[in-house]
Amino acid sequence: MKRDQILGVINLIHEPDELEALTAGRCPATVPFGARYRLIDFTLSSMVNSGISKVAVFAHTKYRSLMDHLGSGRHWDLHHRQNGLFVLPPIADDMSDLRKGDLYQFFQHRDYFMRSQAEFVVITRSHMICNIDFNRVVRSHIASGADITAICSRAGEGLPGRARKVKMDESGRIIAMQDHYGRLKSDLISMEMYVMKKELLLELVETSLAEGQDHLVRHAIMGRLDKLEVRGYVYEGYLGVINTVASYYANSMNLLDPAVWRELFFTPGPIYTKVKDEPPASYMEGAKSINSLIANGCVVEGTVINSILFRGVHVNKGAVIRNSIIMQNGEIGIGSAVDHVILDKEVHIEAGRDIRGVHDSPFIAVKRKVI
Amino acid sequence: MVRKEMIAMLLAGGEGKRLGVLTKDLAKPAVHFGGKYRIIDFTLSNCAHSGIDTVGVLTQYQPLVLNQYLGIGSPWGLDRRDGGMAVLPPYVKSKGGTWYKGTANAIYQNMGFIDRYDPEYVLIISGDHIYKMDYDLMLQHHKKQGADVTIAVFEVPWKDASRFGIMNVDDEDRIVQFEEKPQTPASNLASMGVYIFSWHVLQQYLIRDEASKLSSNDFGKDIIPAMLADGKKLCAYAFNGYWKDVGTIESLWEANMDLLEEHPQLDLYDRDWRIYSVNPNRPAHYVSGDAEVTASLVSEGCFIEGIVDRSVLFYGVEAAPGTLISESVVMPGAKIGRGAQIFRAIVGEGAHIGDNVTIGSPDGSEITVVASDEYISSNQTLMGVE
Repeated sequence: MKRDQILGVINLIHEPDELEALTAGRCPATVPFGARYRLIDFTLSSMVNSGISKVAVFAHTKYRSLMDHLGSGRHWDLHHRQNGLFVLPPIADDMSDLRKGDLYQFFQHRDYFMRSQAEFVVITRSHMICNIDFNRVVRSHIASGADITAICSRAGEGLPGRARKVKMDESGRIIAMQDHYGRLKSDLISMEMYVMKKELLLELVETSLAEGQDHLVRHAIMGRLDKLEVRGYVYEGYLGVINTVASYYANSMNLLDPAVWRELFFTPGPIYTKVKDEPPASYMEGAKSINSLIANGCVVEGTVINSILFRGVHVNKGAVIRNSIIMQNGEIGIGSAVDHVILDKEVHIEAGRDIRGVHDSPFIAVKRKVI
Repeated sequence: MVRKEMIAMLLAGGEGKRLGVLTKDLAKPAVHFGGKYRIIDFTLSNCAHSGIDTVGVLTQYQPLVLNQYLGIGSPWGLDRRDGGMAVLPPYVKSKGGTWYKGTANAIYQNMGFIDRYDPEYVLIISGDHIYKMDYDLMLQHHKKQGADVTIAVFEVPWKDASRFGIMNVDDEDRIVQFEEKPQTPASNLASMGVYIFSWHVLQQYLIRDEASKLSSNDFGKDIIPAMLADGKKLCAYAFNGYWKDVGTIESLWEANMDLLEEHPQLDLYDRDWRIYSVNPNRPAHYVSGDAEVTASLVSEGCFIEGIVDRSVLFYGVEAAPGTLISESVVMPGAKIGRGAQIFRAIVGEGAHIGDNVTIGSPDGSEITVVASDEYISSNQTLMGVE
């Protein structure tokens, strides 16, 4: 692929969200995941590792944490003299414009597309957790001569998250696509990642809006499966669809499988995130940790089993954490026990508490809660 | 150029001979320390927390790793429009050029750099020491005393005093005597190698020192004694905190072990005084069902399936099932094979220890060192090299 031939778009407009308390104050893209990342890091890092040097993030709502996280794009090496990272909040005359679909915002921000010389666009969302080489996808897109290439995964039935179902014919052309609740029988799902020529995207934006349609996938793609050649590219790597609490929890626990850890975080390229200058994790005399992921800045004096600790978590003496996810700067008091819980950032469990959720429905504590 | 009240000159050209194989390919300030840092991070972070935004880093010996690490100084907030970080290797002038002949000569050769900022004061520090210090408090002290030079001092055990530059002070902290490594020290106040000079005074002495054929062009041996002899005002600034020269294998190992105390004197977890460094961007470390980790520091990207006790593991270390790592420092990316046992050792960056290798012994007094990228094939036994 020639340099700067691909334009990245991370589309956060109307992103499906059943993450309950985890998205109370933030958009799904910045939900903390995997002991030190945010959901958006995976697609953003994949783009950067694929040599995409111009990426737009179409923000929609609750994007303070997004701006804070992305900053200048420096941590993803996206603060270039030319190109780089563009965070594009909605252009809205009044609140009702916020309800309009992504095509409307693409139109409002059409300068972003027009100012670029790139031939192709890769459009993704943030809730499909994977480590993917988009270059390979674009090469396959060119070779197949398709109008649009939709990246799909066969992970199918086992996935707890919500995803569109896709049916492909023997030649690889997509012949049907339905929302997650549809009756279509297929083990293929759409990863909501689409590759097409920039010119086609702009054409779809204009023609769809002119017909009163404003959703990229539902209107411009699903509504034109007969007219456009939409082909599937089957991605074989690890995929986590994270848009429900159950899928968030299940995919987090999957990270404790060394094979998933090695694949998702390292291959084909490393996942980048905003760095925090935390010191290494400190284990005290008498600490115990089994089958867990522990980030820098943690202080472990108690016991951690089958759990994920984000940066700066303090596990006091005698505290026992099982099957849980403790986000940044959480503190578990002396002698407390937690099991099947998700504690958002800076939650403080005082000494001697016993808090339990269940596997299907983990207990969630909102940011900065004191228990 | 925008005028600066004080700029820092950081001496980072040291070869660190006594660190042996650890400094074969890199300067001492670039040696790894504390699970994720390099030694120079501590002085650079001190500058950042003391409000110093202009730092000249003087490099000479094996600068490649160090140069790349420093970059444009962004991790320490030193990527600034006015000032910021400048790496200053020796350079060729119209009448030729020379290597830095000594610490004072290194500053002498960069007088032009300092003059561009027209500073009132110059802070001279070295990238070889581990400590956290607010240089701004020291500057206030320097100004209050109206000193020509202020030297940071701290009390060392009497038995060690003959290894340091030792100061004798009067009741008003004025230095009345200075001896470099005295045989019979008259005091236990040691110089930390941290100086604040009033620039116009230092300038004169640098020029004078350069003209003298006999001088070794060193701050401790030449500049300070000359100023003392001339009756200039030399003041001591007492520092009470953790300070360590990690110039030898033993002291480097010890300083790492100091971090494993229950309440270490050097607090890396102070949110108000973070130690900044280049972050390697690795996932959180993984401990398996068979791992046991106690009284240790473990960094990002480690993958631990064995037993780790009283050790410091840098980022990306892999410890296979059945390994035992005890009282050791394992530097970035080292891989430890199945059943390997490591006691009282420093394992260099990227080293590969084969299965069932034994390194050091639990009751040995010497520290065993495995060089960077060294490969120790399976079933060997390696003991301290002294």
